[in-house]
Formats: sequence, C-alpha cells, structure tokens
Amino acid sequence: MRWLKTIVAEIFGLFVDDGGFSLTILIWLAAAWWVLPRLGVSTTWRGIVLFAGLALILAESTTRSSRK
Amino acid sequence: MIVDGARVWPTVVAAFLGSLVEFVEALTVVLAVGTARGWRGALIGSGAAFVLLLALVAALGPALARLPLHIVQLTVGPLLLLFGMRWLRKAILRSAGVIPRHDEQAAYANNTQSLRRHAAARPGWDAVAVAAAFKITMLEGLEVAFILIALGAAGAGLLVPASLGALAALALVVLLGILVHRPLASIPENTLKFIVGVLLTAFGTFWVGEGMGFAWPRQDGSILGLVAGFLAVALLAIRRCRTHTPRG
Repeated sequence: MRWLKTIVAEIFGLFVDDGGFSLTILIWLAAAWWVLPRLGVSTTWRGIVLFAGLALILAESTTRSSRK
Repeated sequence: MIVDGARVWPTVVAAFLGSLVEFVEALTVVLAVGTARGWRGALIGSGAAFVLLLALVAALGPALARLPLHIVQLTVGPLLLLFGMRWLRKAILRSAGVIPRHDEQAAYANNTQSLRRHAAARPGWDAVAVAAAFKITMLEGLEVAFILIALGAAGAGLLVPASLGALAALALVVLLGILVHRPLASIPENTLKFIVGVLLTAFGTFWVGEGMGFAWPRQDGSILGLVAGFLAVALLAIRRCRTHTPRG
C-alpha cells in the first residue's frame, strides 16, 4: 500500500504546496460563486472581483513567506 | 472539428513551456541513471513511464471533452488555478531569493552519487536503474499530463495542439540531451515556470469565471487582460519580497 500512498501524495502535491494558500484560494472561489450574485454585483464585475481576490491572495502569501 | 483560433496559440505556448521545464528536470535524473547504471535500464524505465502517461492523456483527455463544458470548467478550472498559482508563487519566491532555485548540476551530482551507492549493475535487468528512471519520468510526466488534460479540456480540439506543444518540448529536450550529454542547467527554468504560472493562472481564472456564469468583458480577449494583470501582480510581488528578504 506504500506505493498507493506515494501516488496519492504526488497527485495531491501537484495542486497543494502551502496548505493555507490553496485553502484560501478554494474558499475565495466558493465565496465568489455564492456571495457575489447575492450582493447584486453585475456579472461583468464578478470576473474582475474574482481576479482581484486571487491577485490579493497571491501577493499576501508571497509577502508572508518572505517575512518568515 | 472547429478549433477556436484565439485559444490555440496560448494553449500551445503554455503546453510547450510547461512541458519543457518538467522534461529538463526528468532529463537530469535519466542522464544520472544512464551514466551511473547504464543506458538500457534508464531507457526501459523512461519508456515504460512515457507509454503509461500517453495512455493516461489519451484516455482522460477525450473523456473530459464529452462532459458539459461548464462542468469541466468548474472541476478542471479550480485544479488548474491551484496548479498555476502554486507554480507562480514558487517562481516568485525563487526570483526574490526567498527559497533557493532548482540546481540541475547539483541534482545530477546527487543522483549520480546516490545511484552509485547501490550494488553494481549486472548485465541484463537492472531493477535500480529501471525504477529510478521510471519514477522520475512518471513524477515529472504527471505534471505534463495534467497540463495537457487541463488545457485540452478548455475547448473542442485543443488537446491536439496542447499535445503537439508538449511533444515539441520533448523532442527539443531529447535532442539537446543527446547533443550535450549533460544536464541542461543553462535553461532559465525559473523564468519558464514564472511565465507558465502566469498563463495557467490566467486560464484557470477565466474558466472558473465562465463556469460560474460570469460575463467576461471582450470574452476570450479577457484572457490577455488576465495574463497582463497576473504578470503585473507577480512582478510587484517579487519586488516586495526582495525588500523583506534579509540579504547575506
């Protein structure tokens, strides 16, 4: 079963390096999907808000890592 | 089959550059295996992994193309985003000097040394060589396979141009490997990873947005805007990280 664990770990590692970073991205995607329409944000602006959130997550994560 | 022209070239470029980075890393270990244990085992291991990866792409790629597009966008899109942003984050941290860059020469030396520590290869079947070459080709190849499947799932007929981009990268790396016969340390791996990270993050954002029913201004043209936006954010992040990283 060790080989199976290795394969699962490798596939997981393709998408997750820093767990907090990946989790924040997923939470933001879910929030953008469910919250933005309920806030009455127009469909055109939703994409721009989605990008802005992802850009912020990337900037915050790299800055935090550089401070460690 | 009609292929959306606006998506073909970005797909080919992303597949080519992403695959190039992974094949360069795989070549380093395969060269170490060949040098330390002999070429027969190295080529059998790599060949077997390559066939398995081809089968994976050939099975999953067309299967995803049969699913409704918004389902694919909402499943593959977030995965592509996680994959692309992981690459981009790492490339930013490497460019800023927060984490060390990947050193092909050091990886080659370490692998050669480690492979020589095992019992000497006997004529015939060398399990150590086959396993080492198989493992590295599978590990690096899985990333290539994911890039191809994800890029190919974005639209009808895109799997073929994505695969051609990856095959061109493979041919280039194999040719250079045969010619120079040492790790391709002069290829700017981190810069390539940075560019591919920007491209995949932009594609992932676009597809997730489409899957969620968001209306992108200028439709496919928004991909270029997203590429420019993520590029600007990533370059600013490098500058910001450099100011926070202690020198010495």
